[in-house]
Amino acid sequence: MIKYLPSHEYARIEGQEAYIGISPYAAKQLGNVVYVDMPEVDDELEKGEEFGAIESVKAASDLFAPLNGTVLEINEALNDNPRLVSDDPLKNWIIKISISDPRQVDELLDQEAYDALCANEQH
Amino acid sequence: MSSHRYLPHTRRDIDLMLERCKATTVDDLFADIPDELRLKKAYDLPGELSEPEVRAYFRSLSAENSPLVCFAGGGFYDRYAPAVIPALMARSEFLTAYTPYQPEISQGTLQYIFEYQSMMCELTGLDVSNASMYDGTTAVAEAMMMCVAAARKRNRVLVSETVSPITLEVMKTYARYHGITISVIPATNGVTDRAAMQRMLADGDVAGVVLASPNYYGILEDYTGFADDIHAAKALMVMTSHACALGVVKSPGEWGADIAAGEAQSLGMPLNYGGPWLGYLCTTNALMRKMPGRIVGATTDAKGQRVFVLTLQAREQHIRREKATSNICSNQGIMTLYASMYCSVMGAEGLRRVNNLSYGGAHSLAKKIEATGLARLKYPDKPFLNEFVVEFDSSTLADMFYDTAVAASILPGIRLGDKDMLIAVTEMRTPDDIEDYISILNDFKDAKLYEEDE
Amino acid sequence: MNKEYYGKLIFEQSVPGRTGFSLPTDSYTANLSDLPQTLLRGESPRLPEVDEPSLVRHYTNLSTNNFGVDTGFYPLGSCTMKYNPKINDEIAADPVVAALHPSQPDYTVQGALKAYHTLQSMLSEIGGMAEFTLNPYAGAHGELTGLMVIHAYHDARSDTRRNKVIVPDSAHGTNPASANVAGYKIVEVKSLPDGTVDIDDLRGKLDDTVAAMMMTNPNTTGMFEKNIPQIAAMVHEAGALMYYDGANLNPMLGVARPGDMGFDVMHINLHKTFSTPHGGGGPGSGPVGVRAGLEEFLPNPRVVYDEEADLYTVVTDSPDALGRISAWLGNYTVELKALAYILSLGTENLALIGPMATLNANYIKDSLKDDYLLPIEGRCKHEFVFDGLRDKSTGVTTLNVAKRLLDFGFHAPTIYFPLLFHESLMIEPTETESRETLDRFIDVMKRIAREAAETPQTVIDAPHNTPVTHPDDTEAALHPVVKWSDLQPSATL
Repeated sequence: MIKYLPSHEYARIEGQEAYIGISPYAAKQLGNVVYVDMPEVDDELEKGEEFGAIESVKAASDLFAPLNGTVLEINEALNDNPRLVSDDPLKNWIIKISISDPRQVDELLDQEAYDALCANEQH
Repeated sequence: MSSHRYLPHTRRDIDLMLERCKATTVDDLFADIPDELRLKKAYDLPGELSEPEVRAYFRSLSAENSPLVCFAGGGFYDRYAPAVIPALMARSEFLTAYTPYQPEISQGTLQYIFEYQSMMCELTGLDVSNASMYDGTTAVAEAMMMCVAAARKRNRVLVSETVSPITLEVMKTYARYHGITISVIPATNGVTDRAAMQRMLADGDVAGVVLASPNYYGILEDYTGFADDIHAAKALMVMTSHACALGVVKSPGEWGADIAAGEAQSLGMPLNYGGPWLGYLCTTNALMRKMPGRIVGATTDAKGQRVFVLTLQAREQHIRREKATSNICSNQGIMTLYASMYCSVMGAEGLRRVNNLSYGGAHSLAKKIEATGLARLKYPDKPFLNEFVVEFDSSTLADMFYDTAVAASILPGIRLGDKDMLIAVTEMRTPDDIEDYISILNDFKDAKLYEEDE
Repeated sequence: MNKEYYGKLIFEQSVPGRTGFSLPTDSYTANLSDLPQTLLRGESPRLPEVDEPSLVRHYTNLSTNNFGVDTGFYPLGSCTMKYNPKINDEIAADPVVAALHPSQPDYTVQGALKAYHTLQSMLSEIGGMAEFTLNPYAGAHGELTGLMVIHAYHDARSDTRRNKVIVPDSAHGTNPASANVAGYKIVEVKSLPDGTVDIDDLRGKLDDTVAAMMMTNPNTTGMFEKNIPQIAAMVHEAGALMYYDGANLNPMLGVARPGDMGFDVMHINLHKTFSTPHGGGGPGSGPVGVRAGLEEFLPNPRVVYDEEADLYTVVTDSPDALGRISAWLGNYTVELKALAYILSLGTENLALIGPMATLNANYIKDSLKDDYLLPIEGRCKHEFVFDGLRDKSTGVTTLNVAKRLLDFGFHAPTIYFPLLFHESLMIEPTETESRETLDRFIDVMKRIAREAAETPQTVIDAPHNTPVTHPDDTEAALHPVVKWSDLQPSATL
């Protein structure tokens, strides 16, 4: 199951854990990613909190946590090759967290609602 | 219309141009401005001065200033300024350029900034330098904000009492509005109290610790172990020095600092009654993307040449707006050119010579002051580079000596209040200057001379 | 500009044993080696060793790879790249001033203080303010200082709920960045299609949590905010203050004063309006002015004049001051340049600056609006914005047009700002450009528009004639190489 924030982060839910990244739409808007600023493992995140940032040559965007949780893992591969996010943002997640409040999942946008939001933004 | 040399428009130009704009008078171009806002009278300012008159005006102003033989420092020093520097800095291709947004026609600016960054990294022993700080006080304030931004949720910064009081005052101002808490680490016998720092770190919430070397009193503090204390508390260590000293004293990188920030005026820049000078700010690779200001990087162009561009711009205000790491948008261009030319002229050996001369002169003067019996070193067991604090027998003596020296065109130091004076010697002071200083002081040896005035 | 690119670093010209300095012989007995080794560097810094002739040639060649206002037309919007008079540099190079230490007693620096005080009064007259501080080092520093004045004002009234600053969506990026540094949250107010502030949107955002509204007038599209009296009244009604970003002050010289428009606090960029050189990005100077009633909040140190004693004094401990934001009294010799500029022009010529800058901008705009898309019709002030080429079918972008201009010896305009339009191309000619220069620029811009239609690839591939072309920005950001030793990690000199 994949869910989104209006600020273009996705959360791919797998049981009690979630992989967080940015949507293909956001990746396309940003262009070639040159740097991903990630939190540290064990950092506690609150929904809506800024947990990092993603930069291209001419743009930058903060990353917001879609859910409360603890950082279990960061995608180390992005340190050496941040462009992986541009190439395949769904496969190349940014952080993995444990979900501390599963009810929050329902508050996120589903695919249909998110697609509608992107279509609207393009106008 | 005008016959002023800066304004090229003739009456005919104006008429032709207005015609293109479908306007009858220049005033038509301002028809959208509400009449009540229009300036109705001439500015209450002087009329035009001719070039000879402008020169004469400033000559007479200048005559109301007294240049003094300078034994004052406090972070800003009278230094040797090599003649090649002003000559090259005056090249108007450098001077009249803007920030190098168009790398194709700005390699001059970009390359000297790259060279400057390289030199500051050498001097500080750190990985990366920016080129954007206005002066040392604001550079340290930016370093403080960088600590807080990097720490995310902690917002207390510890500052040693031995940091310049002016720098501390600027930091407190930035902190007050930015919501940072500053706690001052007390000093004992002129140096930072490590045990006090450890206690303050243990209280938690500390994002960074700011230390000085040489400190405000000129003392070279031994910071062995400080970096471990600070890093164990997950805080960042900031070290501030006047840049010239970094040619010889243990560098911030060697002490384990994460950020070096301070004043670069001592790299041969004129005092200019306060500016323009240059702040420097260097950090580690790990913190590079949290750094404020302009950074130049090397890359290649379509012809395969090694070229230079502004890089890591995604941190900056013109892209990130309120989320930027800082509001800085200058790069202190022409002053970084000054610093890079100075370091090229001097080389490591020149910097060593300058520091050695200053060290020798300062120790010679200190000894001679003590020999007068009128004043003594305030921190006699502490090593110093080119600046030291002396304590006079009385504040009256200190006051009288200060005024008498100034009357004799010598600026004898900076009064630290009560009986103390902070005295600096640089390579610009000759042994004769030192003799003159001592001979004025010796005139006070007759104790009655000042006691009567008390 | 030189067609040849001399790319060798000064480090790469270093030869061990060469010397560029000249110092007196050291006759003192004390020596650095007396210091404990633990306080000294482990190794000497790797700095170049070069002789004086080589050094002079290196930097002279570097300068030929640079473009300045003295090289050619610099129509960089919002940057006011006017001619920088040479007399100003001569004045600022005074060796007496060069030697003045900030700690000198006031009575030994009366000339310096008089210059400071005179310039601050002149700026007050021009801005319609009560008093200026010249201490801020740059425009952004001025914004920050001005916001601190506002913060200190509200604090002094114990009005502590005010935690927001309103900025138009067309504002310079520094406005929100400065407000953030000053501890404020940012609220954006929308622009109308004509680029001016949407008053209805503003009304909904004003309340007793707003500390200030930051504006520039004319705004970043070059349009005069004609509703400014009403905006100021609304903001004041809500208990907030009006901040004037002086980046666009140039067209107002001789035309209108921010103080009369209802602004309470403002900054001026001396390196723009008052023609001190930009120096490749700095040093600038960003004096801040305040209306009567706010003077006490200006930062320490302040220069005070006692008319009776005819004495200037520096006050460092004014109790209500917002604090201290600089080592001393700002970029002093930059201030001298601005003073020399004002005196050289005099009141009558200063008043021509706004009108001539505005005439130049309108002349370019009206000459090119058939070729480039003008999103906002009407009279502009000192600058205006095109939204790229009129013909959108060519595939030629604003970036391409900007780069093609370099081939013809012009600096590029400001591009992709303001953010209101996708293909912003922002042109500010200033008053010091002659009709002939503008005509040549107009011809080249028309030629580029023709090329875009006929041979678009020529424009897309530009520049063709610069010593350096198409640097790889992505590589620079991906793998930062930020110092000489990154190029050769194990290098020794």
